[in-house]
Amino acid sequence: MIISPELFQQIIFYTFATFTVGSAMAVVSVKNTIFSALFLVLCFFNTAVLWLLIEAEFLAITLVLVYVGAVMVLFLFVVMMLDVKQAKASQLKQSYTKAALLIAAAMLVELMVLFAYKLSGQLPTNELVRQEQGYSNVTELGMELFTKYVYPFEIAAVILLVAIVAAIMLTMRKREGNKQMDASKQININPAERLRVVSMKAEKAEGRSQGEES
Amino acid sequence: MSLQHYLIVSAILFVISMAGIFVNRRNVLVVLMSLELMLLAVNTNLIAFSKYLNDVQGQVFVFFILTVAAAEAAIGLAILVVLFRNKKTLEVKEINELEG
Repeated sequence: MIISPELFQQIIFYTFATFTVGSAMAVVSVKNTIFSALFLVLCFFNTAVLWLLIEAEFLAITLVLVYVGAVMVLFLFVVMMLDVKQAKASQLKQSYTKAALLIAAAMLVELMVLFAYKLSGQLPTNELVRQEQGYSNVTELGMELFTKYVYPFEIAAVILLVAIVAAIMLTMRKREGNKQMDASKQININPAERLRVVSMKAEKAEGRSQGEES
Repeated sequence: MSLQHYLIVSAILFVISMAGIFVNRRNVLVVLMSLELMLLAVNTNLIAFSKYLNDVQGQVFVFFILTVAAAEAAIGLAILVVLFRNKKTLEVKEINELEG
């Protein structure tokens, strides 16, 4: 049996969309924080496949590299470093959960109505325009990014720098009893502060034992 | 695959992460993860529109959102580490006071 390309795309889309939604549900509902971080990684991978399916290759790779490679590793580091207490029961068994789920369901219904009826005339209904073989998503994106959006690109770099500095400054701490030298303090020292000359009368020791006592 | 498929998937993702923020009273870390999930839904929307309208600007914006989200995650986690050092807990219920 030969599967047509359209059917194959649909199979891939529905499979990975199901995995995405399922792992997103797992992220917000499992007890263990490490598991929810790992499910978030799974969710990112599946979303990257969905992005690949509509030919956004550069961003799909960026999602895997930046999010799975950097941000989620940072999350896992923090989760394991902080030693958070485990919850006894799953958090879905609480009193306000019903209200929260009700609000979420209401919002989902609203969005669906919006897409299906209200905006149906305005949304583009065409199939995706598949690009020819020599097309490069990276080239197209790069041309736009380095010409029209070059200032925002630089600002994004500055934002990353600020984030690095802020993260280091926030988490740095001075330990008690640290024997670290302070160079400027050492240089700026004043001899008069270190050495105090006290004038006192000369004393005469009377005996050997008394001299040892004093 | 039409645009609607992608819109619906990202709407479901968005609503799930929103419910996660509402429900969660245990752990600020999971709230941050839900925020990341929300950004992912928004990015999926932007990419789908960009591709179906054949306009590359949406993808440029996704690029910037990814950058800013990485910075936000780094600073947020740093703040959480400091918070845990001071309070010895990350439960949402117990972090309920601000002091000037």
